Amino acid sequence: MPGAIYAEGLVKTFGDVRALDGVDLDVPEGTVLGLLGPNGAGKTTAVRCLTTLLRPDSGKAVVAGIDVLRQPNEVRRSIGLSGQFAAVDEYLTGRENLQMVGQLYQMKAKAAKARAGELLEQFHLADAADRPTKTYSGGMRRRLDLAAALVVSPPVMFMDEPTTGLDPRNRQELWEVIKQLVAGGTTLLLTTQYLEEADHLAHDIAVVDHGRVIARGTSDQLKARTGGERVEVVVHEREHMATAAEVLGGFGKGSTTVEEHTRKLTVPVTGGAKLLAEVIRELDTRGIEIDDIGLRRPTLDDVFLSLTGHVAEAKENGLAADAGREDEDAGHQAKKETAK
Amino acid sequence: MSATTDAARTAAPTNPLGQSVRDSLVIARRNLIRMTRIPEMVLFGVIQPVMFVVLFTYVFGGSMKIGNTTDPDVYKNFLMAGIFAQTVTFATAGSAAGIADDMQKGLVDRFRSLPMARGAVLTGRTVADLVQTAITLLVLAIVALIVGWRTGSAEPTNLGQILAGFALLLLLGYAFTWIGALIGLSVRTPEAATSGGIIWLFPVTFVSNAFVDSSQMTPWLRHIAEWNPFSATVQACRELFGNAGVAQSDAWPMQHPVWASVIWSVLIIAVFRTLAVRKYRSAAT
Repeated sequence: MPGAIYAEGLVKTFGDVRALDGVDLDVPEGTVLGLLGPNGAGKTTAVRCLTTLLRPDSGKAVVAGIDVLRQPNEVRRSIGLSGQFAAVDEYLTGRENLQMVGQLYQMKAKAAKARAGELLEQFHLADAADRPTKTYSGGMRRRLDLAAALVVSPPVMFMDEPTTGLDPRNRQELWEVIKQLVAGGTTLLLTTQYLEEADHLAHDIAVVDHGRVIARGTSDQLKARTGGERVEVVVHEREHMATAAEVLGGFGKGSTTVEEHTRKLTVPVTGGAKLLAEVIRELDTRGIEIDDIGLRRPTLDDVFLSLTGHVAEAKENGLAADAGREDEDAGHQAKKETAK
Repeated sequence: MSATTDAARTAAPTNPLGQSVRDSLVIARRNLIRMTRIPEMVLFGVIQPVMFVVLFTYVFGGSMKIGNTTDPDVYKNFLMAGIFAQTVTFATAGSAAGIADDMQKGLVDRFRSLPMARGAVLTGRTVADLVQTAITLLVLAIVALIVGWRTGSAEPTNLGQILAGFALLLLLGYAFTWIGALIGLSVRTPEAATSGGIIWLFPVTFVSNAFVDSSQMTPWLRHIAEWNPFSATVQACRELFGNAGVAQSDAWPMQHPVWASVIWSVLIIAVFRTLAVRKYRSAAT
């Protein structure tokens, strides 16, 4: 039996661009699939096809047991969508926004009102419930957007980059909310550019590039493919580098990389923080002064590098700069929120 | 699983028309709440036509020849139906900008992912704009009375006819907001929608009988003016308000302006509603 979200051979082209080039997905009921990939990989297009916003050129999609192409309106009753932008009306209050969405899910006005109150409590927005959302911080708006997607407690949820642009504190908060939701039995498809996020929230990860799923598995499986974690050391004195390399070699699960000009040594390891402590002790015993040491986990770039041989492309063009600006904005808004 | 019972709270509606009306009202209410939160938008919407009334009355009045006279009082009474009609068409820009804004903010995506009636987002918007148009028109009529506009200045009329005239104006305004809806769905930014919603209205409202006596235009221009959907409503209002300057013309819309006005407006709604709803269904942000 196919899962709560099922796609087979989804293809969508925009002019010359094949945004989706035969995507297959299968998300068992009550689990979370993380769709991981850089900007432009096709994540959003996949979500738009599965949520009836876009009609794929070919392929099959079934959500909550309903054929997306044949019965889009039936699908809409069973899904919640939280998009890349906090899609709330900025001149309406939080309460008015949720009430409106409830009514458009065909709830009675009274039921929609009651549900709005519940959600505002649950999402810690009760104090701001009767202010226009224009006055909300970025984090609050995201929470309200998520609440709007949950008005009917749909069995299947889609979240498109739910934490992009949020500062770390707001990101953590949103992660907690998402975890609670999943604990309640909701099936979730989540797109993200952050391996850490997928790692944190998803049972399974599908890595997408150029409109194709290029790898899938659990976070551990993917990390194993990318070489897992490694220890990075920057030594203070250039003459200590040889000794340090010797020490690291003793702990490493592979060959040590040495960068002369930055005095940095890197070695793949297994054993996590405990091993890191041992490395530090050993370096100390040998009298090697260090400027920096850390356990580095694979990043999206590492995953991409090992899977495709190229880094996530978004970093290479202007998009990285945009993301930076968004983070800055979120920072401002976070300050506003704390200042209140 | 609790999720299933919750989803069941939304009973499947049995009547698609009932759902369509209900969803449209929910959206209309939302847009009306927005208007109360941005009162300056409503205010500017009123100030602009008031300015037109005052400017046209005092600047052009006295140099415009209507029939065989340049009496400013005659022009004043001639002018008002034209200004009223032009004002209602300017609601186009508001609808266009509002819908483009909803697209840009991702709200249209949210609405399209909800199990709601397909045309409701657009209908709700146009209905809310109709309410704003009615308010503007009311203020404008009062200002017009203050500067000296009088119904029945040339022919006798009655309250029923006057109200019928305003009804035709509102119908025309409503029809034009559907053109605005299509524009709003077709452009990339609200700014583009505002200018795209308004520039083409200048030729439409000026190549007409609204501000000058169209019978004095060059023949080819006169034909355009007389068949202009906008002119039919202006002519109909002059007749119904009993104001001077009802152009003598053999053109059918000028002979039967009330019918022409209704037919044009209904036709515009039918065509542009169909196009806009189709565009909305496939709207991509």
